[in-house]
Amino acid sequence: MTEMSASSSTPQTFVRPAMTPERAAPVPTSGALAWIRDNLFPGPASSVATILGLLLLLWVIPPLAKFLFIDAVWSAENGDACRAQEAGACWAYVRQKFSFFMYGSYPREEVWRVNLTLIAGAILTVWMLWPDARGRGGAALAFFTVYPVLAFGILTGSAPFPVGWLPSSPEGQIIWIVLVVALFAIASTLFYLNRNIGWAIAIFGFIAWSELGSWWLSLGLPLVGTHLWGGIFVSLLVATVGIVFSLPLGIVLALGRRSQMPVLRFLSVMLIEFVRGVPLITVLVMANTMLPLFVPESWSPDRLLRPLIGVALFSAVYMAEVVRGGLQSVPKGQYEGAMALGLSWSQVTRLVVLPQALVTVIPGIVNSFIALFKDTTLVAIVGIFDFLKAVDTGRLDPVWAGPKISTTGYIFAAIFYFIFCFGMSRYSMMMERRHSAGRSH
Amino acid sequence: MVAPELLKPAPLTNATAVEMIKVNKWYGDFHVLRDVDLEVARGEKIVICGPSGSGKSTLIRCINRLEEHQEGTIIVDGVELTSDTGRIDEIRRDVGMVFQHFNLFPHLTILENCTLALTWVRHLPKRDADEVAMHYLTRVRIPEQANKYPGQLSGGQQQRVAIARSLCMSPKIMLFDEPTSALDPEMVKEVLETMEQLADDGMTMLVVTHEMGFARQVADRVIFMDRGEIVEMGPPETFFVAPRHERTKLFLGQILR
Repeated sequence: MTEMSASSSTPQTFVRPAMTPERAAPVPTSGALAWIRDNLFPGPASSVATILGLLLLLWVIPPLAKFLFIDAVWSAENGDACRAQEAGACWAYVRQKFSFFMYGSYPREEVWRVNLTLIAGAILTVWMLWPDARGRGGAALAFFTVYPVLAFGILTGSAPFPVGWLPSSPEGQIIWIVLVVALFAIASTLFYLNRNIGWAIAIFGFIAWSELGSWWLSLGLPLVGTHLWGGIFVSLLVATVGIVFSLPLGIVLALGRRSQMPVLRFLSVMLIEFVRGVPLITVLVMANTMLPLFVPESWSPDRLLRPLIGVALFSAVYMAEVVRGGLQSVPKGQYEGAMALGLSWSQVTRLVVLPQALVTVIPGIVNSFIALFKDTTLVAIVGIFDFLKAVDTGRLDPVWAGPKISTTGYIFAAIFYFIFCFGMSRYSMMMERRHSAGRSH
Repeated sequence: MVAPELLKPAPLTNATAVEMIKVNKWYGDFHVLRDVDLEVARGEKIVICGPSGSGKSTLIRCINRLEEHQEGTIIVDGVELTSDTGRIDEIRRDVGMVFQHFNLFPHLTILENCTLALTWVRHLPKRDADEVAMHYLTRVRIPEQANKYPGQLSGGQQQRVAIARSLCMSPKIMLFDEPTSALDPEMVKEVLETMEQLADDGMTMLVVTHEMGFARQVADRVIFMDRGEIVEMGPPETFFVAPRHERTKLFLGQILR
């Protein structure tokens, strides 16, 4: 009796009288071996490439591991051990100099101020950027309004503007605080009722809060001038300020370049083309020497503020071109659909066009951020003691000086920059995936 | 519960919904609209047809100023269209428009598409805006899709969302710019049914379409445009049965076959 076909209408009993003959095991399609066969040795050309790649890794990795870990000097009082012929990386030197790499010449007894600022900044940044965190908006608001004032007051030990006119008695301070709170309350109410007046007062309130907040926080803290600031902390400061200002400024410039108003368009194009047309070093040197010429001597911007402006401006013009690409990718129908609903130009831009344009150009934006992060090393040109400059200076210390020490310092710097840039890159990829999910056009 | 007037179209204050007098428009040297005169009464349904490039889309896009006319007068419910942006926004709030390619906002959910203008233009609180939006999404029979994104819906569903999005603003007049031309044939019906239902409720409508069945059933007047001119205009009974103009006969012959 043969096997019945499944379509047979009458049910029939069936018992197989003999074992079916044994067949060879199927070729595995999953598991480690299958993966290796499919991915590493699918054909002759790929097999050769795989073998060459493995040889390359064999050639590079063992000596590198030997230098970085096996022969490395992990602790030492001075550079003698690191100067030995067979010594590898001199991590003892990095450990010894770590606080110099971190804070530059910031007074050692005051570094808690830097630590406090860095930790608060790290917490707020992670909270704000964590995709599903609760209260992200609150964290962002704190990061952009409260945090800069706090950081300024604590790091410098002073207020942005001279504070001689502020009352020094406790009653006077309370009155000031009440005034600031009242200003905020009025600002937020007006913001709800009439957007334009609200904006003006909100900006005024923020300036008042910056002045009073940082002044109040800095009470009793010794002044630490920016000439003492340095190291990783300054690199992160320059990068953060650059990133925070370059995106909004870039968006404004991109919108200006596409504006119907000739004067606005001309100014945007001029600024973009001019700043983009010169090297960053030129921008930094010009910011350093020319900014003070435009203002009265007593108002001359701080030596750290000048490169901050230069970096932010330089990055903003690149950002403007990235954002412009995004704006051009939004179809005309989106503007029409939004305008036909009675939305104003600024609403169309803010609610419909920019959200789509910016998501499209996330890779370009992050590319600019990464470039900016590495370009912060150039502020050393105008005498800012950033991380790389600290590494470069530290290796000249006669107690430690030696070839392995220099190499170790630069490897440490490379690892630091790589971690931050790679982190930004991965974060942007995650954001792209989240935004593309379920939103196919 | 939201105020009941939020859930129905706003009434026209004038007996004449739209009045166009000697309207002319050029794209460079190309004369798109030639001396167009048109008066649309309150509650009237007008279907505009004509070959491509005849200016029919441009005509209705002038009514909410997506296109600017260069000569002549356009009055929408008693308000004349000038370059005064405040007045343009006022008219756009009262005139709904449905596009050939839907123009939904892909980064917002269906519900957010509908509530966007309610929140930012009408300044409704979120709860009321959601209620109004759900009311109209129910009316176009897709309330269950409210939390999806436009890209996850079929063309017919997207176009019905677009209609609901316009209706949320309680428009006095609705403009339809070839609402079914970009749809697969099996989806045309659901969109036309939605529009017929809207017409039954007394909405003033100007519809650019080649759906002649819809024109016969719904239109009070059918307009045939060619080369920027209104060539022929009349109630569907006479327009389809006894077109007077040669160009109309030729056009109807081509599309009715």
